[in-house]
Amino acid sequence: MSTVAAQRVVGGPQNASRGAIRIEDVVKIYDSDGSAVMAVDHCSIDIKAGEICMIVGPSGCGKTTLLNAIAGFHDITSGRILLDDEVLCGPGKPKAEPGPDRVVVFQNGGLFPWKTNLENVTFGLLMQGKMSKASVTEKALSMMADAGLTGVEQNYPGEVSSGMRRRIEIVRALMTDPKVLLLDEPYRALDSLTKSVMHEALLEIYYKNKVTIFFITHDLEEAIFLGHRVAVMTSRPCRPKKFLDIDIPHPRDYSVLTSKRFRELLEETGEAVHEEALKAFATGEKEG
Amino acid sequence: MRLHWLLLQLKSPRPYLMMVGFIMFFGMWYLTVEVWQLPRFREMPGITKVFQEWTSPNPVFGLSLYTEEYYKHIWVSTWRVIQAFFLATLIGVPIGLFLGWSPRFRQYIFPIFEMLRPIPVLAWVPLAIVMFIATESSVIFLTFLASFFATTLNTMLGAESIDESFPRAAYCLGANKRQVFWHVIVPGAMPYIFTGLQISIGVAWFSLVAAEIVAGQFGLGYVINTSYTMVSYPTIVIGMITLGIVGYTTSALVRILGERLMQWRERERAIGGSR
Amino acid sequence: MVTSQKAMSDLGFGIGASRENKGLKMRSRRRNILGMAFGRGIAAIFLFLMIWEIGAQSKVWIKWETFEWLRNLLPALGLKPNYLPWIGAVPAPTEVVAAWAQLLGNLSYWKSWYLSFLRVMAGFLAAMIIGIPFGLLLAVNRIAYGINFPVFEMLRPIPPLAWVPAAIIFWPTQELSIAFVTFLGAFYTIVINVLGGARSIDVRFFQAARSMGSNSWDIFWRIILPGTMPSIVVGAVVGMGIAWEVVVAAEMISGGGSAIGDSAGGGLGFFIWNSYTGGSYERVVVGMISIGIAGYISSELLRALGARLMSWRRTR
Repeated sequence: MSTVAAQRVVGGPQNASRGAIRIEDVVKIYDSDGSAVMAVDHCSIDIKAGEICMIVGPSGCGKTTLLNAIAGFHDITSGRILLDDEVLCGPGKPKAEPGPDRVVVFQNGGLFPWKTNLENVTFGLLMQGKMSKASVTEKALSMMADAGLTGVEQNYPGEVSSGMRRRIEIVRALMTDPKVLLLDEPYRALDSLTKSVMHEALLEIYYKNKVTIFFITHDLEEAIFLGHRVAVMTSRPCRPKKFLDIDIPHPRDYSVLTSKRFRELLEETGEAVHEEALKAFATGEKEG
Repeated sequence: MRLHWLLLQLKSPRPYLMMVGFIMFFGMWYLTVEVWQLPRFREMPGITKVFQEWTSPNPVFGLSLYTEEYYKHIWVSTWRVIQAFFLATLIGVPIGLFLGWSPRFRQYIFPIFEMLRPIPVLAWVPLAIVMFIATESSVIFLTFLASFFATTLNTMLGAESIDESFPRAAYCLGANKRQVFWHVIVPGAMPYIFTGLQISIGVAWFSLVAAEIVAGQFGLGYVINTSYTMVSYPTIVIGMITLGIVGYTTSALVRILGERLMQWRERERAIGGSR
Repeated sequence: MVTSQKAMSDLGFGIGASRENKGLKMRSRRRNILGMAFGRGIAAIFLFLMIWEIGAQSKVWIKWETFEWLRNLLPALGLKPNYLPWIGAVPAPTEVVAAWAQLLGNLSYWKSWYLSFLRVMAGFLAAMIIGIPFGLLLAVNRIAYGINFPVFEMLRPIPPLAWVPAAIIFWPTQELSIAFVTFLGAFYTIVINVLGGARSIDVRFFQAARSMGSNSWDIFWRIILPGTMPSIVVGAVVGMGIAWEVVVAAEMISGGGSAIGDSAGGGLGFFIWNSYTGGSYERVVVGMISIGIAGYISSELLRALGARLMSWRRTR
């Protein structure tokens, strides 16, 4: 695991040309059991291509619903979501199609336990059938090596550590060359030591591949460390309460955590987040 | 008393306790029937009589480990179970998977399924006899029915229990519906399918015995029944014991097959579980 | 749900404006979906009954002119030319319904319901009363487990019906032997489920209780018993199903006890067998459906009872 060198190509909004997401006035109302629950309330977010956008909010506020809407797992009640000016879902088409341009990395891990790590990574491209098996395998091996994951190709996900599983899952997602990477609190279950290593690993991968990242977390430090922009969401129903541009330059490494600017940003957003967390606590929301 | 600690130790009962249990059981059998000759017990076949009969080269009532007929009956019953079980698995697993996978399919088929399922298998006996004039087919049909319901239901539950994230991840990566079915649903449901298969084979034996008693020639159920009517009581017990052994063996075979097919589970367990 | 409503009003968001007429649209959409699912099931059942009726009536229509080709084809396949194979031999739904209408007024028909229910209850309750404590004992006491479980596992693969002759020899009355075999069938399932349930209680519950100063009796009543409840209910529902299977089988095999008057004497299993030997196949099917209904009712009652007792389990 090398630290990021200053002369490496800098990824970032200005270098990517695809993967811009526009969430326009999206509303999502669940109607289970007859009583309507509003999960997302007139939410509008503009994400530039190649940007790392961190969505921060208290548990259960509806952030996952937003992610699911972009990914195409849920429908939306009103509003539109566009990807690079193409309508994913909107009036007349309430549910987007899930597809390899927006790949999700799941909270509890989405690697298939019954396939080996290599089989997992090659799964997407093999299913799409556009490349030969040999070239897919070659690409998979090289991407895994890039991410520092050699030696575990023939193991099953259940045999490796959870940190490694996350990394494999991210590599699997990137194999299909997606425009957007959707991460739903992927590091929630990891201990903080592993977490900080994961953060650097994610950034390294990001600098090599130009993807837009939509990252849901409840950890404010994680958000500020990784993101270009942080959107603080209200408790349920969620809408953006505050946007913050993180002007710490990329490439970043762990020394950023103790920098003065980091602390300042933390203070700025901390209050807003804490307020929402208290509200969620008071109403006894269950975690999403 | 360290209750919770005790419970954790449940995984490995001491062997000498096991011996105590068996000795008590067989001892009680011996004492109540042959020594004390208690009122209801003395009509029962005693353990020494059964054992003698079972291991004698020249059995009084015709069946022992040494007679060819004994193995013929075992084979007949086992072969029936195998046929029924295979049919039930072949038909039940795909139907169960579709029931769990496609809401449409379930809406059409599940009501009929649930209507037929509560009817006890034995209640089908007269219809089976009427439909399949050959007794062999009717016995296999009855065994098949029981096995089929168990397999289909468990498979359906298995397909439904797969974590949502897996098919979703597959769709994200660009798989179409058919691919998701083969690469996610089928392997994902496997553990549940195999649990269902173990239940199913137990149920198969249950129905087979019943069917053989009512409408069969040859077979262990038939043996038990005729031994009763011909008052050769030790043979009843021999039949029962044999059933137990064969039933247990077939169930174990299914379980082992499952473990073989799902290597990923075994390896996961060896590491001590994941997540 | 209530908390969310409260949260919404707390934060000052009005529901009315955002919902507009989407709410109405959604509600009618939901009812529509329910209608679709229901309709499909009904359609499939109807189709099933149609096929059954036509197939069963084949003994009638196969004699018509138009189906001569069929009458010639069947013997070539080795089948009798009197009706369609398999399905032609069974009575048609309409005949079954007619027979059933007749039976509804017959007292002995209802008596067989009563007798079967009685037997199922006897065996099932015995299995619960003996099985639950036995299972719990084995779960908490290592020594009891070590002694009894191997014997239990040794006896379990022997199908309950294999015990019928032995039970008849042993027990003085037929009723008791049927009850015994029924008891066996349900007993195994209940004990296995209780054991499994008690074992899977999270260790931390015990640790929490101990740290709060509970003694062993407390732990038993307040942790083990409620924690095992779900498994007990599952075991009971499955055991109830097994009990019905065994009772029907036992009734058919051992003659069902006192046959009063006509064939509807000793329980529903006996009713079926007697109708069969008496040649009235419509009554056989009536009996089959009756048992199905009876078994279904018992299982649902149990399930509802179990849900009542476990209201704490309601999750999101």
